[in-house]
Amino acid sequence: MRFMLLFSRQGKLRLQKWYTATAERDKKKMVRELMQIVLARKPKMCSFLEWRDLKIVYKRYASLYFCCAIEEQDNELITLEVIHRFVELLDKYFGSVCELDIIFNFEKAYFILDEFLMGGEIQDTSKKSVLKAIEQADLLQEEDESPRSVLEEMGLA
Amino acid sequence: MALKIVKGSIDRMFDKNLQDLVRGIRNHKEEEAKYISTCIDEIKQELKQDNIAVKANAVCKLTYLQMLGYDVSWAAFNIVEVMSSSKFTYKRIGYLAASQCFHESTDVIMLTTNQIRKDLSSPNQYDTGVALTGLSCFVTPDLARDLANDIMTLMSHTKPYIRKKAVLIMYKVFLKYPESLRPAFPRLKEKLEDPDPGVQSAAVNVICELARRNPKNYLSLAPLFFKLMTSSTNNWVLIKIIKLFGALTPLEPRLGKKLIEPLTNLIHSTSAMSLLYECVNTVIAVLISLSSGMPNHSASIQLCVQKLRILIEDSDQNLKYLGLLAMSKILKTHPKSVQSHKDLILQCLDDKDESIRLRALDLLYGMVSKKNLMEIVKKLMLHVDKAEGTTYRDELLTKIIDICSQSNYQYITNFEWYISILVELTRLEGTRHGHLIASQMLDVAIRVKAIRGFAVAQMATLLDNAHLLTGNVQRKGICEVLYAAAWICGEFSEHLENPMQTLEAMLRPKVATLPGHIQAVYVQNAAKLFATVLKSGEGSADSTAAQEMMIERLPLFVQSANLEVQERASCILQLVKYIQKLQQKDVEIAEEVIALFAGELNPVAPKAQKKVPVPEGLDLDAWINEPPSESESEDEQPRAIFSKEEPKYSRPRHTEVDEKELAKRREVRKQEQASNPFYIKSSPSSQKVYQEGPGVEHIPVVQIDLTVPLKVPGLPMSDQYVKLEEERRQKDRADKKKKEKKKRKEKRGGGRGKKHDSGPESEEDITPAHMVDIVTEEMPENALPSDDDDKDPNDPHKALDIDLDKPLADNEKLPVRSHRAAEVLKSPTEDEDEPVVQSEETSVVAAPPTSTTSEVSDLDFWLSNAPVPSNAQEAAPVAADPVPEAASGAAPDSEPEEPKDTEAEETPMSNYCLLAENSYIKMMLEDADQVNDIQGNLQDGSQVVVSVIFENKCESFLKSMEFNVLDSLNSKLQRPEGSGAHDALSVPFQLPPGVSNEARFVFTMQSIVMPQKLKGTLTFIVKNEDSSTHEKLEFKLHFTCSSYLITTPCYSDAFAKLLESGDLKCSSVKLEGISMPFHHLLAKICFHHHFSVVERIDSCASMYSRSIQGHHVCLLVKTSEQTVSIDAKCDEPTLLGNVLDEIKQTFSQC
Repeated sequence: MRFMLLFSRQGKLRLQKWYTATAERDKKKMVRELMQIVLARKPKMCSFLEWRDLKIVYKRYASLYFCCAIEEQDNELITLEVIHRFVELLDKYFGSVCELDIIFNFEKAYFILDEFLMGGEIQDTSKKSVLKAIEQADLLQEEDESPRSVLEEMGLA
Repeated sequence: MALKIVKGSIDRMFDKNLQDLVRGIRNHKEEEAKYISTCIDEIKQELKQDNIAVKANAVCKLTYLQMLGYDVSWAAFNIVEVMSSSKFTYKRIGYLAASQCFHESTDVIMLTTNQIRKDLSSPNQYDTGVALTGLSCFVTPDLARDLANDIMTLMSHTKPYIRKKAVLIMYKVFLKYPESLRPAFPRLKEKLEDPDPGVQSAAVNVICELARRNPKNYLSLAPLFFKLMTSSTNNWVLIKIIKLFGALTPLEPRLGKKLIEPLTNLIHSTSAMSLLYECVNTVIAVLISLSSGMPNHSASIQLCVQKLRILIEDSDQNLKYLGLLAMSKILKTHPKSVQSHKDLILQCLDDKDESIRLRALDLLYGMVSKKNLMEIVKKLMLHVDKAEGTTYRDELLTKIIDICSQSNYQYITNFEWYISILVELTRLEGTRHGHLIASQMLDVAIRVKAIRGFAVAQMATLLDNAHLLTGNVQRKGICEVLYAAAWICGEFSEHLENPMQTLEAMLRPKVATLPGHIQAVYVQNAAKLFATVLKSGEGSADSTAAQEMMIERLPLFVQSANLEVQERASCILQLVKYIQKLQQKDVEIAEEVIALFAGELNPVAPKAQKKVPVPEGLDLDAWINEPPSESESEDEQPRAIFSKEEPKYSRPRHTEVDEKELAKRREVRKQEQASNPFYIKSSPSSQKVYQEGPGVEHIPVVQIDLTVPLKVPGLPMSDQYVKLEEERRQKDRADKKKKEKKKRKEKRGGGRGKKHDSGPESEEDITPAHMVDIVTEEMPENALPSDDDDKDPNDPHKALDIDLDKPLADNEKLPVRSHRAAEVLKSPTEDEDEPVVQSEETSVVAAPPTSTTSEVSDLDFWLSNAPVPSNAQEAAPVAADPVPEAASGAAPDSEPEEPKDTEAEETPMSNYCLLAENSYIKMMLEDADQVNDIQGNLQDGSQVVVSVIFENKCESFLKSMEFNVLDSLNSKLQRPEGSGAHDALSVPFQLPPGVSNEARFVFTMQSIVMPQKLKGTLTFIVKNEDSSTHEKLEFKLHFTCSSYLITTPCYSDAFAKLLESGDLKCSSVKLEGISMPFHHLLAKICFHHHFSVVERIDSCASMYSRSIQGHHVCLLVKTSEQTVSIDAKCDEPTLLGNVLDEIKQTFSQC
């Protein structure tokens, strides 16, 4: 997988993950171009399109479009499955996820994605183990934060 | 200090956190940019503080802003600071920010090396995990080199969580630092069998990605993956493995054969669509790579097509789309299986989704045949009418034209129909493709002579109704058609019914509103028409009227603003005036005027000019005049660049052609033309061929369409042809039946059917309605085949093309930098980035590749289906190896040198023998093994499969291999449908240095009673880094009569009955001086001549075999002293004689 984008129906980018090094300017151009193409497609149309030398697989969940760019020989259906898996993970983590969850906790969404995919390849095919990893990392984060009292926080302790 | 901290913390309480920022942005929709710039100012302040929590918060906000498209590269150093925090919370944010913002040219990355190494070895697995994840996004060549060893260690970490991440990131490391691949590969391979399924699938992922790019280095892993495939139940993993096999099979067709079965099983059993789709795709790929002449696996193809049909019928648009996509892949090699689903594809044209409709159109292109072309196009024409949106309609239009004109109008049987289709297409509103229609009209009218009369009539109507085409401003594009119409009417004006009327139409004042280039053609062709009118009756009323009209109307064009129009018009006006003058003096002028336009133009192939060879002695690079002296330095520079590039571009192209090759090609071309029914230019005698064809002239279509004159181009015309065609075909069929009854004995000449020999019978029956003589496009004598393009040199995966089977050399260890930090401090001059391998670097000794051969032959053994000689294990290990060198006789020293003292010691018998060899390539021929057509058509059902192993013996890459055999009357190489009888078959693989591969070719034999020798050539391109040359290798294929025999077991009672029946002719032979033991002798006969032993009593044995055409061959072999006598019986004496000769030959050699 080359990259994954999440954007809203209004054309606002919500998440972007690039698995190959791309210059900032090219990124912007590609994102703009792709959003235009995908948003223009009618709901009845199929989820695949050929774009430049890549294949684009997208799917719409509520007001969000999940959009992946894969290479010529990659399997479109399994990519759809990846998208769906990611949505399921978000859903489990946030509890019926909505666009606002992703906007306000965008770093969490990234953490989940990073546990699920790495370098564009599936890391773990089991939902359970991904969620477990996330939970434990979060626990660690809370441990980090909890021992601080207010005073400590203010540097008075 | 304390105060500062307090101050920072209090500030922090008033800081915005991420949520505040997001909310703020949402509340300031109107002035977002302004709001954000204040936020960025705040963030800059926050970053200046020492408190890491504040910094992390700021970095988190920056990451969000970065996603919105703001530049945050200025904060790179702060990101590194946050990354190096000891707290996981902040570290996590730091790495996230880095993975989103850093790229190769971010200079602070080099500061992170030590931090990342520290995190990688952290006791907390989540620290390590976060570092690995981040690294996967921003790894640079430097980081990869410095950290490769650390990551490799992590691949054997105790926690699977780390192991799987480490395995995955290795792929990125390999890409950036290819030298790490060989040292790391053994461990990666180990991970394929990791107990944790996550790690295992990660390893599969990485190796599959690697192998997809450079499959040949991973062939040796095939058995392992095969095992994984048959044992794994994880669909994600299965898909990857199957994809990997798809990449491997083109290199190793034997692998394909092995794969077909498990894949079809999966297709049958799986319920996951993604897996099904992957399997189908791979089966298709496998079959394509096998299709070079294997008797096709029609069952597998049928299965694939069936499954795809289910996908296409599904209501899910995605499955429909993919089904069509995969279908088009099958179409290329197995068009017939797809054609039967025409109904379904046509249905898809009605789909709401445009992308599905376009896919279906693509498919239709390959599905047409002579039989269904009209029907399909009719359907498409309906869609053209219905289609909304010009883009799709234009797409339909181009597709219709593509479909009809493909492979030189191969599928068009009635060109009148095609012309009317084109005329109908001109009714399309707002199309941009007028020029396309025009060029088709021109092409057909020029190249199909028989159609000219009809075409001219249609074009005249078009010209007459030009106002319909030009009336609307929207229809600008379509008026291009008039260009063609005017030219056709002018050039072939002798066919015009009423030239005066057309002339009038071409000189209407309205014409002046057309684009200039069309007007120019109008004017020029008006002159041609005028000449025709003049000729038809000099001095008649018509010609005077024409003259007057020209003189009256042309001045309008003389005033044209377009130079071309103006010039032509004034020229022609003067000409007409002059003619008038001459005529007034009663001079006969018509002949001379017509001579102005005499002669016929032939179509020239578009590439013809490029292919004209440079004549001998002409050096295009030589100076015509000596260059001026070097005084003007400014002028010099561009010239230097120019002359430097020039030779690079042109020289290698011409050196490829040597004289011999040219002569040969010329010869081949002549032969081709002679046998090409479409080519009429070569000699007048070839035209006779057409006259001999079945009486096409009597077909009444031409007369009928006179009764259906086209008056208005707005009427759909083509439908009538569909009907007519149907009737005509029926009549044809009836005629043929009658004829065949009457003249059963009379042998008909081949006629024009030869080109489509391989087509189905029903195709064959359809004779074209017209004499179709498509004039081929002119080409220079020695046109060169164009070279195909090369791999992209910038492909990052190219660097990973590394042989993994070679053992590791000492200098290939990954750089380790252990505990050198202190030293670095002491001696700051030392280059920090240099990998620490100095000590080894001095003694670079490449280890000899010892283990490779065994591994490669393991693979061969795994793949080989050929029987290994039974006593081979006892001979040298080479003998167990069916790879050709062993028995070819070309292998120099590997043969055991001891004298034959034991019984087991025997020269190994191999299926392979040397066919031909030169310094580049070696061809090995497997004893032809036979496939008998089950249908048992004894006359032409017999096929012989020849397996040839190609081995690359040189250091260069061999590609574009083409295998060709000069067919004899009796035996023919089976070529794919649609190719001519002399076309070469391309070998479906390329050969890197030292690699060998097997291809199979099928031959059809008529009679098998005589041995056959076929001459053949193999042409190929030898490609080095800097040059490529064309080479060829000649060989002779020897089909012995023994090769037509199949080992068939026979019981003694059946054998006895056979002998008693008395149908068999007898023959015998005596062999003298045979010293080998009797059982060896029998084994030899069995092996080389495909006999089986029926019964053996002491020194006497009966043997049996059967030919592929069902001849029985019985032998009685007796031995006494050193004499062997063979009595033989067979129902075909010639065959028997030849087989006995061959047996004799076998024993005279030893």
